[in-house]
Parts: sequence; structure tokens; C-alpha cells
Amino acid sequence: MHHFTPWRALGGGVLLGVAASLLWLSTGRAAGVSGILAGLFAPRSDERRWRALFLAGLVAGGLVLRMMLAPSAFAAAERGLPLVVTAGLLVGFGARLGGGCTSGHGICGLGRLSLRSLIAVGVFMASGFLTVALVGGSR
Amino acid sequence: MTRRDVGPFMAGLLFALGLGLSGMTDARKVIGFLDLTGAWDASLALVMLGAIAVHGAFLRLANRHPLAAGEDGRAAPGGPPVDAALLAGAALFGVGWGLAGYCPGPAIVSLATGSVRVIVFVLAMLAGQAAFAFRRVVTR
Repeated sequence: MHHFTPWRALGGGVLLGVAASLLWLSTGRAAGVSGILAGLFAPRSDERRWRALFLAGLVAGGLVLRMMLAPSAFAAAERGLPLVVTAGLLVGFGARLGGGCTSGHGICGLGRLSLRSLIAVGVFMASGFLTVALVGGSR
Repeated sequence: MTRRDVGPFMAGLLFALGLGLSGMTDARKVIGFLDLTGAWDASLALVMLGAIAVHGAFLRLANRHPLAAGEDGRAAPGGPPVDAALLAGAALFGVGWGLAGYCPGPAIVSLATGSVRVIVFVLAMLAGQAAFAFRRVVTR
């Protein structure tokens, strides 16, 4: 059972917006995490550096969170490893096929009022709701 | 690190703090948000609201600036049309998100915990991306 935490959620969201704007200012790119991760393996080496730095920043931020908020900031769901593997495959493949994930479509795409992103967000939220309704919540 | 490297690194760091503070790195909370028919926790809708409000306002100001036209196709208005790939990809993504409670950003941030589940998830996610890249090469 989880509690409604509106202020932390809103504050975290504002930070995400600031971070996405900082990335846009410094690189001219959208902060879509799945695309940035995939681009790390792309042939154009001049595009790899900022991507690697952004991803390194994500992990460094994780370490800071561990020191500041741990262990309350992190928790994995009570799911078996076969389910976790299936989930990872679907998230990786689906985000590439759909052209973005929660950050690329959800923050950057909706931030610039893209119809494509609005539809993508609607679809992945609906399929997420349906999945949890079928598989069950994590309490 | 040069001066140009500071921007993307700091953006990643702030992005991670935003995800952690908001609750996105707690997979149980994410699943609670997707548990519409159960004990629904609406908090995470506010994460999106805050992020979109700030970044949307920024983009409006930035796009008014003549020097700041997006070099990236994704930053330009319009873009590719809504097609079957977008719908199918988003649908598959949603299933994976609901199963584990992780999307790509929070999973990478959570690598800092060294949790086996997170490491397995990220490796599987990379395999899923590789499968997509391979499929594109094969069908081309």
C-alpha cells in the first residue's frame, strides 16, 4: 500500500523538467533515455560522448540518492526473474519500435505538444493499466 | 572533462535526482500508479505534470530565440506521422512497464543500488534494443 505523495512527485517532476531543459540547452537534444541509450551503440562516434556523459550522470545521481534518501528511494517490485527478463525485453524493444519511452514521449514530446507523443503516452499508460490489472499490483 | 561535458553530465545527474525524489525509482510505487482497478496511487501523474509544465515553458521560450532552432529532428515540430509501429511499440512498452515497474530512466538510475533484479532488467532491456536494431537491419 502506498501513500499519495503529491509534493514530492511535483517537486521531482519540476527537477525532471529542469534537467531536460539543461540537456536541450547544452546539446540541442531531447532527453529521451531509451534513445540516448540506444545511440550509445550507434556508429557515429561524435554523438556518443554526450550520451555517455548523460547516462553517467544518471548513475552518479543514483549514487547521490542512495546517500541522501536510501533506502526509501529505491525498491524493486516483488516479481520473479523470468518476469523481470520479459519486462526488460518488452521495454527495450517497445521503446525503440514506438520511438520513445516515458521520458522521450512523456516529458519531451508532451512538452512540445506532439500529437504522436500524446498518442504514445495514452497507449502505454492504457497497456500498463491493463497489465497490472491482469498480473496484479505489488503490495 | 571539458567545459562542454558539464551540461550533459549535470542534466543526467539532475534527471536522476528528479526521478528519485518523485518516486519513479520505487518500482512498487510505479506499479501502484498503474494499479487503476486496485489501490491506485495518483502521485506519479503529478511527476509528469510538473516536468511537462517546466520543460514545455522552457521550449516555448527557447524556440522563440533565433539561435536556438533544434538541430535534432525530434526537437522540430511535425515529425513522422502516427503509424502502426508507434502504436505497437507503445503497447509493448506499457506491458513491460506494468510487469516490472521500471521504465528506462529509473532502471539506469537504480543500477546504483547493485540490485540483481535491476541489473537483470537493464541487460534484458539492452537485449530488447539490440533485437530491434537487428530486426531493422534484416528487414531493410
